[in-house]
Formats: sequence, structure tokens, C-alpha cells
Amino acid sequence: MKPEPKLVRGTPLDEKALKRGKTFSVTYEPRLRYGWDTGQAISRYLAELKEGRLIARSCRKCERVMIPPRMFCERCFRPTDEWVYVKDTGKIFTFSLCYVSWDVRRLKQPEIPAVIEIDGASPGMGILHVVKKIAPGKVRIGMAVRAVWRPKAKRIGSVTDIAYWQPIKN
Amino acid sequence: MPDGVAIIGVGFTSLQPSTPHLSFKELMFEAAQKAYLDAGVQPNEIDSFVTCAEDFNEGLSIFDEYTPDQLGAVQKPMHTLTQDGLHGIADALMQIRSGIAELVVVEAHSKASNVKTPEWLLDYALDPIYNRPLGFNPHAVAGLEMNVFLHETGIRAEHCAQVAAKNRRNALRNPVAAYPLALTPMHVESSPYVAYPLREAEIAERADGCVVVVLANEARAQRSQSKAAWICGVGFANDSATLESRDWVRAEYVRIAAERAYRQAAIQNPREIRLFEVDDTYAYKELQHLIALGLYSEGAEAGRSLEAGETKPDGKIPVNVSGGALGMGLPLEASGLYRVVELVLQLRGQAGARQLPDIRLGLAQSWRGVPTTSGAVVILGTERPQ
Repeated sequence: MKPEPKLVRGTPLDEKALKRGKTFSVTYEPRLRYGWDTGQAISRYLAELKEGRLIARSCRKCERVMIPPRMFCERCFRPTDEWVYVKDTGKIFTFSLCYVSWDVRRLKQPEIPAVIEIDGASPGMGILHVVKKIAPGKVRIGMAVRAVWRPKAKRIGSVTDIAYWQPIKN
Repeated sequence: MPDGVAIIGVGFTSLQPSTPHLSFKELMFEAAQKAYLDAGVQPNEIDSFVTCAEDFNEGLSIFDEYTPDQLGAVQKPMHTLTQDGLHGIADALMQIRSGIAELVVVEAHSKASNVKTPEWLLDYALDPIYNRPLGFNPHAVAGLEMNVFLHETGIRAEHCAQVAAKNRRNALRNPVAAYPLALTPMHVESSPYVAYPLREAEIAERADGCVVVVLANEARAQRSQSKAAWICGVGFANDSATLESRDWVRAEYVRIAAERAYRQAAIQNPREIRLFEVDDTYAYKELQHLIALGLYSEGAEAGRSLEAGETKPDGKIPVNVSGGALGMGLPLEASGLYRVVELVLQLRGQAGARQLPDIRLGLAQSWRGVPTTSGAVVILGTERPQ
């Protein structure tokens, strides 16, 4: 038989006590709002997404084609040079099977976030997005995928204008 | 005497009420390119980077993650201070003096226009348990301070109006200023009260901009292509945070910061300095800060000197020739660095239409706004301190 628990000092609290104001705490709803200027590089990127295209910037010095595009090369510290359209296909560079949603609900079917290396951009250049239409157990690093775009009327100039990426069937 | 440290390059963008054409990264890239060109350095020579930013102003947590690319700081030592840019100068000085770096870059910027709810952001700075629930507009803190400051010092409301008019007018000669205006004290005094006795025209408007500063050790500064601006002294301090019991009348944080800076610079009398760039987020703060800097022993003297035009560009101790925050705009954490830029340009003789004659020493002072008591002072000179 288990021994009786010893009496602990203090005042026992339950949910009822908290609701009735037996304890003191102050709550505050943040009302902060931001509107970030997207700037030259990302404005063009978003405008092209709305048209169903992916665009990158190239650096003549290191010869990289960079996506998402940027007006400066972080390796060479110089302005980038040209706009380059790249394909809306690529390869899974890395992925995860996420069994917990952003608000910490347990998911039966995992979400599949992935970094997709874009065809036409330099190796190691990719975008973070989501893979669907495949059994989670079948996803592999190196797998070829293509973008599935939202219908044109529903695109707003956002990374979510690509609904998801799905495997290219051979 | 420890090794000398100098500013050998500055780069900055024009201050603007908004900058929708550039992302914050592109804004920083512009200032960084200009600074490295001015200093004649390649980014790969730079040993360490300090950026000054406040996550809430950026709308991004752990903001230091977002700064290396556009500064040439990828895979280099770098960190972000949640402080004004003058604290960044102190940080860079310590890194160079300790011998771990020869060249250090300090950056600060403002994308204030991207914060759509600036009042709520200020509200967030108030104590959440015993101040915030009262629900006052945060400028009320400045109104409370101004009222007792005027009451205790004998400085009058019209003196504060004169400060606002002077600084907006000074900004007419500064091409980077966002809010130049030929304003008269009468106009200031006819603007509406925000929090009595504080009027709308006595509150600095926010502005976007970016400054990048390159600091070097003595050997490097001696062979610099640009005229070096030597760091003669730095200091920073805070008072108590408690609104209910801190010193409302005297800016003790500035007095302590300045005393340390004066000691390092071997300055016996602050009037040896002929150029002051002091915080004027609210017009009365300029006068409060000048008293704390030791330029006036009491308020009445500050008021009389202002009336006599002592702090105008042609006066004995020009204050905020740049236009200050009232004239240039308030660029959040970059406030102090825009003042450093003014000192550097004046010391080099590159200040254009607002160039003052024979400037050998200048002082910049920052304050982080209500409800803080966070202040810093930097003294720059044309000669390496002895």
C-alpha cells in the first residue's frame, strides 16, 4: 500500500479559484500591426508569382542564379545584375513530416514542409514550401516535384499563389 | 593613454517619412556601400559588425538573423544591440580597444513607416501591471515630465516653442532632413496640445533611414583615405525605470553618461566643445539634456541663453545644426548615428550650407524615448586624444 502523501504547505488552487480572481495576474492583448515594404527584389518576385512564374536574380561575379531574388549578392557584396526566369519544377533538398500543427494540435496526416531546389537556379538555391499529393512515407530527398498554382483569379501576389508542390510522375 | 579609435567612414540614406521603394535590407545595402566607399575598405577586411535594432520596431523576433547579408557580414562575427546607435559606437570601441578587431562596422536603421500602430508599440513599453491598464496615450509620460520640468526650472513654454522652430529651420540647410520648415515659435505655440503642456509641433515625427559607420584602430585610422574623426569619449547610463519615483526634472542618465565621456576626453569645461547634437524627441528634452550636459547650471540660464540665440547655428554653442529629430525626423535606433554623421561631416568640413567654422570637437547624445531613461554620449574630435 502506498503511504499517504504528506501535507504540503501553501494554498491549493484549481481552475475555479483562478477564474474567481483568487490569484492576481494581468493580461494584455497585443494590438501591434506592421506593413513591411517588400522592396525592389521581392516586389518583382511577388508580381511574377501572380502571373504564375518564378523569377530569380543573377550575380555575374559568382555566377549564381538566386531565388528568392535579391538586389545584392551576399557572397560578393555587390549589386546583382539580371532578372532570370527559372522553372516551376525542382527537387526536394530536404523535407520534414510535421505531426503537430502551428497551434500545437496533433495531426493524423502530417504536413510536409520542404525546401525545393528550383530548376534553373544555382545548386543550393531553393524556396521553402509545402509538398502534397503523396503518401508521407513515400517522400524522398532528391524527389522531382512541380508547382501546383492557384487559379489565376485567386492569386494575390504571395508565396501562397503556389498552392503546393507535388511529385512529377515518371 | 589607450590606443586611439576613429571613425573613418560613414554612409547614410536620406531620411524620409516613408520608403516604400526599398525593403529594409535594400536600405541597409545602400548605406553600407556608401560607408565602405567613404572609408576605402572592402567588406571582407571588416572584423566585426554591430547592428542596433529593437525587435518590436522591426516586427521580427531575434532580428540579428536578418542583418548580415546586406552588410557583407555573412559568416563573420556580428551581433545586435537593442539600443540606440551610440551604444553601438561604444560597443565597437570596446572591441577595438580589447584588440580583437581592427575594423568594426556599426549599423542602425529605421523602417518606422512599417509600424502601423506606433502608439500601441509605445504602450508596450509601459509597465504592464501598474501603468498600462490606466490606458493613457504614452505621450502623456512626456507631458507629465515637461510640466514638472518647466515648474521646477523656470523654463517657459515659449522657450520650448523656440527650440522646435530653431530645429525645423536648421533642417532647411540639411539635404537629408525629412521635415525642414521655416517655422516660427508663434506657429508652434498655436499647434494643439497633445498632453498639456506638450504641443503637437514639439513632438518629433518618425522617419525612415539607415546609417552605417566604419570604425578603425589607430594604425588603420592613421593611413585612412578620409579625414579620421577620433573618438575622444563615450558614456552611457540609465536612471530608474519607475515612473512614480525617478528623477523627472533632471536627465541624470545624460549627466552620468556625459561625465564619463568628458573625463575620457579630458574636458574640464563642456564649453570647450562648440557643436552639440542632442536628443530633441520632444522640444523640452533639448533644454533638459543641455542642462544635464553641464552647459547651464540652472533652467533660467538655459532660457535666457536660448532667447539670446546662443544655441543657433551662429551662436556660441550651436545645438542641432542638423535639424535634430524635430527637423530631420526620428529614425528610431538610428537617431544617435544620424547625429554622429553630422559631427563627422562638420569635423571634416563637409557639411555644406550648414558648415560651422573651426570645429575641432563635437558631442552627440541620444535618448531612447518614453518611458525610458536610456541615454548615451559620444564625443568626436579632429585630433587623436592625448
